[in-house]
Order: sequence, then C-alpha cells, then structure tokens
Amino acid sequence: METYYNPADLAKFAQVGEGNKELMDKFFAWYGAVFAEGALSEREKALIALAVAHAVQCPYCIDAYTQESLSKGATLEQMTEAVHVSAAIKGGAALVHGVQMKNVYQKLSM
Amino acid sequence: MATATKSLKSIHHPLASAEEQLSIIDERLKLPAFDKLFKQTGEAELRATGIEIFQINVGKLCNQVCKHCHVDAGPDRREIMTRETFELCLEALAKTNIPKVDITGGAPEMNPHFRWFVGEVKKLNRHVMVRSNLTILLANGFTDLPEFFAEHGIEVISSLPHYTPSVTDKQRGEDVFSRSIEAIKRLNALGYGKEESGLIFNLVYNPVGAFLPPNQSSLEKDYKRELSKHHGVVFNRLYTITNMPISRFLDYLLVSGNYEAYMTKLVSLFNPAAAKGVMCRNTISIGWDGYLYDCDFNQMLDLKVGYGAPIHIKDFDVEKLNTRRIVTRQHCYGCTAGAGSSCGGTTA
Repeated sequence: METYYNPADLAKFAQVGEGNKELMDKFFAWYGAVFAEGALSEREKALIALAVAHAVQCPYCIDAYTQESLSKGATLEQMTEAVHVSAAIKGGAALVHGVQMKNVYQKLSM
Repeated sequence: MATATKSLKSIHHPLASAEEQLSIIDERLKLPAFDKLFKQTGEAELRATGIEIFQINVGKLCNQVCKHCHVDAGPDRREIMTRETFELCLEALAKTNIPKVDITGGAPEMNPHFRWFVGEVKKLNRHVMVRSNLTILLANGFTDLPEFFAEHGIEVISSLPHYTPSVTDKQRGEDVFSRSIEAIKRLNALGYGKEESGLIFNLVYNPVGAFLPPNQSSLEKDYKRELSKHHGVVFNRLYTITNMPISRFLDYLLVSGNYEAYMTKLVSLFNPAAAKGVMCRNTISIGWDGYLYDCDFNQMLDLKVGYGAPIHIKDFDVEKLNTRRIVTRQHCYGCTAGAGSSCGGTTA
C-alpha cells in the first residue's frame, strides 16, 4: 500500500458491504433517501455534504461532492462559500472552547 | 476550460478527423458496446419510430468558437449549404407531413440563403425552430433578425451555459454573456419568451466541464429567477444537454485527463428509460452537403444513415427512413446517461 488514499478506491465503496450485505444495503437505501429532493433541494444537500466533507477532511467525500455539486448546478462561488461555512464552524468551534479556557483560568487565578 | 480561438480543422488537429475521433471513442477504453446495453430497454435494436423533426445543419460557419462545440464551427469554417441543396430539402419536405423543421449550424443565420429558406418552409406550413447563438443578432447585417423571426413565428432556441457571466464566458468566449443578454432583451421586446405572445424562446444549458447536467426543472427555476432578477429577461423553457464526447469537447476531455472518468460515468449512468426516448428516433439530420444522418452528432462523426436507408437528400424516402435502424457507436452513451439528453432536453 503506497498511499492510504487512492481515487480509484472510491468506486469500490460498495465492496465494504462484503462483510455484511444487509447492513450495507440498509445504509445505501437510507443514504439515497437522504440526498433525494425534499424540503431541501438536491443542490443544497450536495453543498451541505461538500461542507461536511471538508470538516471531516474526507478526500473521497470532497472528490465525490465537488462532482455532485457541479452536477446539481452549483457554481464555484457557491462551493467556495460552502467550504468557508465549514471552515468558519471548525474555526469557531475551536475558538468558542476559549470559554472553557477562561473558566479554568478564572477558577485558578486569584 | 479556456476559450478556443480557432477550429480544430484550421490548426490541423488530429481530432478534426472523424476517423480519429471514432478510433478513440470505440477503442481506447474497454466499455460495454452501446448496442448491447441498449437491449436493457427490452428492444433488440435502436430504430426510428417516425420522423417528426427535419433537422438541417446549414453549415459550420459561425461567429463564435465555443470550447465544447461538437461541430468544430467557427469563422474559419467555409462549409455551408448551397441554394441547390436547400431546394432539394424543400422538395423532400414538401412530399412529407413532417411537422417541424429545426435549423442549426454553426450560426445558421450566416448562411446567405437562410432567410429565403425559412420563408419557403413557412409556405409549406411547417413549424420552424432556429438554433441561434444570440450574439449573431447583434452583428452587422443581422440586427433585424429578431423582427424576421417574429414575423415568421419562428421558435428560437439558444445556448446559455449558465446564468452567471463568468461561467458562460469561459465556454463561449469573452463578453458572450453580456451580448447574449442584450440579444435576449431585443427578443423579449418583441414578445419572445412571454407566455401570452405565442413567440417561443427556449434556452439550452450544457455543463461547462466534465460533469453531467443538473435536474432540468430545478435548474429552469434557477435560470428564471436569476435572469429575471439580475438582467430583467425572460424565456419559456430550459433544456439541459449533456456534452457529447466528440470534437472539441473530446479534445478537452483528453487534454484535461477526464476522458476515462467521463466515459465511465456515462456508461454507469445508462438509463433504459432515457434510451427509449432518444431524439434520433424521431429526427432526420441533414448535413450542409445534403447527406443524411441519424443525428447531428453522427453527422460530425461522418456516420451516415445505414442499413440500406437512402443516404442523400436527393434520394429522400420518408417511408424507408421512418423505421430505419439507427447507426450507433460509443458516443451514444452521451444521450442515454441519467435523465437523458437531446436537442429538446431530457428524454426520460
């Protein structure tokens, strides 16, 4: 194994089900239903997925949901804003924990 | 996807050759044969179901050089239909009840016989559609075309790859978006795109890159909202079209390293329902030199109608062509992926 991430492996996703087909079938059925047009459009869901893909830093997901966002009609500007939303939440999540730092600091300080 | 400035033919590019394109499409990848997958429709072979659209490509001359153009059209192309061939088209048409005449190019308006021909077709009482690139309507000598279209009740169909200027210009050339909007305003002023006028103006979306089109009705809503809000223009319907892996788009796929993934995606998304509705079933495509093809894409690959059907307009026989077997190759997957693709949008 030369690298942990290989773009060609994305197409092998379904093979993960070989150890338990029933669970994988349920996952894919649910997954398909999640991304179907509903209260949110398919494009909005693809952009949310793209943002989450960046938050969890999954190369497979970033590849897949960049393609999916384009296929749903998203523009580069929309996809870039989605990535910024992801970055803002990640950054904000780190920063807001400063409250805990402050709590501990105040408890220990005279 | 940078804007092209010259045709593949003018720079002696290998992909200007139909033979070279076919060798890549058919041989480079080991993909299931289109004819084999087509059987998933429950039909043994792809056959025409009766001609409803008489589509004429009047030539490769165009004022634009779009990066994805399957015709390899441009200002440097000189192949255009002669008056004699137009007359053969009229003779053939007059012997049939084919209701729709779809005129394409290049920029069809640049053919010097265009207006005369449209007038003659209208005398035959047929519905006429013109695939106009919009910017030609602003060019010297062509600015009265919107009025000409309106007088003849012509349906206008135009490409606008996106409602944002940058995306459209990337594919069709600098300032094409703003000039297209100006042309649309002129059409709208005559009533085009307004439901009550009866003058039909439809737009065509195609992806600017190696991906498939979004949902047609969803994108149509976005186009209507954005074009109205930012530019004050209207249209009737939006058709989404998949880019065919031929000519300049094939060149882009190969150069960008996207060819294998794109073809694999087209095949993996083969949709029997879309395949049943492909446009070659109700269309005959006539080339600038009068040869007959199953579609405009086959025309560019020099794949004439086959299996014993008459191959030139001078021998036009609607009975033989109505149920002809369609000539297919691997590029046909472009019309059958996902929701399908045709000159009239999705097919499934």
